[in-house]
Amino acid sequence: MSLLRPSSSSIRRRLTLQLLVSAAVLALVLFFIVFNFARQIGSESQDRVLLASARSVLDASTIQDGEVWIDIPYFAFSMLDNPSDDRVFYQIVQDGDLLTGYEDLPQARSDGAEAGFLTVPYRTETLRIVTLTRRLSDGGQPVEVTVTVGQTRDEQADVLNRISRMTVLLGLGFFAVSAVLAVLAGQSTASSLSRLAGSVSRRGPQDLRPVVADVPSEMRPLVRSLNSLIARLSGAFTRTEDFIAEAAHRVRTPLATVRAHAENTLRRVDREENRVSLREMIRAIDESSRAAGQLLDHAMVSLRADQLELQLVELSSLVRDLVERLSPVAEMRDMPIRINAEVPCEVMGDPILIQNAVRNLLDNAVKYAPSDTPIEVGIAAESGNAIITIRDHGAGFPDPTDAQLTRRFTRGENAAGTIGSGLGLTIAEEVARAHQGHLVISNHSDGGGACVQLSIPLR
Amino acid sequence: MRAVIYSLALTLLALPAIGFEIEETLDFPGAGDGPTLRIISTADTSVFSPIITAFQDANPSVGIEYVAVTSSEVMTALAEEGAEFDLAISSAMDLQVKLANDGLADAYFSDLTRALPDWARWHDQVFAFTLEPATMVLSRAAFQGLELPTTRQELITLLRDNPDMFRGRIGTYDVRESGSGYLFATQDARTSETYWRLSELMGGLQARLYSSSADMIGDVASGEIAVAYNVLGSYAGARDDLHDQIIIIPPADFTTVMLRTALIPNSANEVELAGQMIDHLIETSWLGSDTSFNFPGVTPDALAENAALRPIQLGPGLLVYLDRLKRRQFLAEWEAALVQPE
Repeated sequence: MSLLRPSSSSIRRRLTLQLLVSAAVLALVLFFIVFNFARQIGSESQDRVLLASARSVLDASTIQDGEVWIDIPYFAFSMLDNPSDDRVFYQIVQDGDLLTGYEDLPQARSDGAEAGFLTVPYRTETLRIVTLTRRLSDGGQPVEVTVTVGQTRDEQADVLNRISRMTVLLGLGFFAVSAVLAVLAGQSTASSLSRLAGSVSRRGPQDLRPVVADVPSEMRPLVRSLNSLIARLSGAFTRTEDFIAEAAHRVRTPLATVRAHAENTLRRVDREENRVSLREMIRAIDESSRAAGQLLDHAMVSLRADQLELQLVELSSLVRDLVERLSPVAEMRDMPIRINAEVPCEVMGDPILIQNAVRNLLDNAVKYAPSDTPIEVGIAAESGNAIITIRDHGAGFPDPTDAQLTRRFTRGENAAGTIGSGLGLTIAEEVARAHQGHLVISNHSDGGGACVQLSIPLR
Repeated sequence: MRAVIYSLALTLLALPAIGFEIEETLDFPGAGDGPTLRIISTADTSVFSPIITAFQDANPSVGIEYVAVTSSEVMTALAEEGAEFDLAISSAMDLQVKLANDGLADAYFSDLTRALPDWARWHDQVFAFTLEPATMVLSRAAFQGLELPTTRQELITLLRDNPDMFRGRIGTYDVRESGSGYLFATQDARTSETYWRLSELMGGLQARLYSSSADMIGDVASGEIAVAYNVLGSYAGARDDLHDQIIIIPPADFTTVMLRTALIPNSANEVELAGQMIDHLIETSWLGSDTSFNFPGVTPDALAENAALRPIQLGPGLLVYLDRLKRRQFLAEWEAALVQPE
């Protein structure tokens, strides 16, 4: 069933792959969201502390005797202490003139808002700075005090590092869990399919009941189609068998009638040329009858060989039965049939097919060997095989190794003059093969004669 | 002793190019033509030389030039004059932190610095190697028959009850002169209002102002003064010879503990040697492997047991009192309290 490439045809693989890809995408998205969120939070919390620091400095500013006094509280800077020991810079400006602090520290423009924030390079570091401005009143004269507090961002970078490490782990964990779930989902989907496949392939060859396996709703249309296919197949199968049986009946009966009439007429006719014609006619009728029988046998064998209905078959009774049925014809030609069955032989097989095979082989023997010669039928068990041997005392095969012998409608070179269609050996060969056995064709070394062995594995 | 003192005070005359004021220069030449490690330090040479000799025992080829200055001169030398030193050791933690904060120090990493507790290093640039308490030092003679004060409040009560006995006989740091004194005073002031009450009282009793702990300890021992406030307990404890004359009392309400720190200025030439010296300082002080260590301060274990001991935190908070305006205000207030007319 490799009409499609395996990679695209495996539902499990495709489903698992799709789930894995979406899990990876989700894990990446998760990573970026958490990472950005953490960076934002980290940045905001640093801004808040910086703002609180700057505000506490401004809150401590007063005007005494026309001079701005700023009593920077100890916690204004100690609150900026952190495990990464970030460096702190500040600047206090009164109306544009430096009051104290680092003169070269840049300011963040607040643009009307209360506080302005900025990330700037300063000396060899990158600083986050906040600038806060407040108007004080010096006896009615406004005085503007601007406080800028800056801090390096080592701690933030450190926290961000730790968070990103954690987020990577989180993303990987998420992906791992999703991957396991994806594989399980793929398996469970595939398993419902393989359950269905199992329930269909486990049934016997003649089991053409509809499938009733419990399947997911998505697979119900498939099961419905399968069941309708089975129903049609079952119908066609039955019709074909019926047809073959019907055909056999319809062909043989009129032929038998015609033959009876021809024989009656033969008895009444005296003129030699008419008798010759009638004998030719009877011979042709026999040939047609036999050919029709063999064609239908072959059709039946072909039909059933694909769908073997195995059951226990006891070969010796089967063979005895057939010999009994054939004995009137054989007796007419004075051909005694000897059965040599040492042991009961049981095989698993289709009795109708085995009957067909053995009947055709016996028929061949009766047909091709000269009158007054015996036919020997042997049944033996040998190294795991049941072997049915049919031997006559005729001319034998011209070349037993000729593979053409078992081809359809092929007859031995020395068979001319005998009624036959050339299907007998083909039928026997097909039956043997259908049963994992084989057919051996040879000429008997002791006194000649054809010898055909049909072997079928013992049960 | 291998170290040779070849030059004493006022080497200024010999080195006119240098603007900062040097108290004393000691040269410890190494064997052969080894490199020379230049140390600028606030620690008295006598206290520090055993550490240097121990270092030279391990590194015989290294010569050491030890320049003793006051703590504010460390700042002047490094920040303003760009003097070249390989190591700066100072008791003024605030100035050390400011040097590091302003980007004038190099970072240094080693197994030993990493082993330091968080509070004993800042920015991997400032490394503490001692814990030295600010104590009250009393004269045994003067306090005969008196109950010894154990807290600032008890000292206040004592001074109030016996003003005549202590008038002119109290000593404390002149915070305008001494970096350590300023650090102690500002930390006291920020911890408790008691400091200002004590200062008012000391000012009223015409307290004498000193620029170094050693002088105060000497005057207490000699009986010049009866009590000295905010004296480095480590220096007082080191004076085994004076134990009959002085009593050292760490105030039980709270004892400010100063961390003596070392940093590598970025003008350093012998960075690797300076790092070795920092490791040596950490090893001798924290690990106690060298009994010659001369800073009998507080051990980290004592710190955990005694809640009254308050080590000054290394951190940006120390920058506050270094602010020009803040300093001006503090000094104004301090002067108002301590420098009172008779």
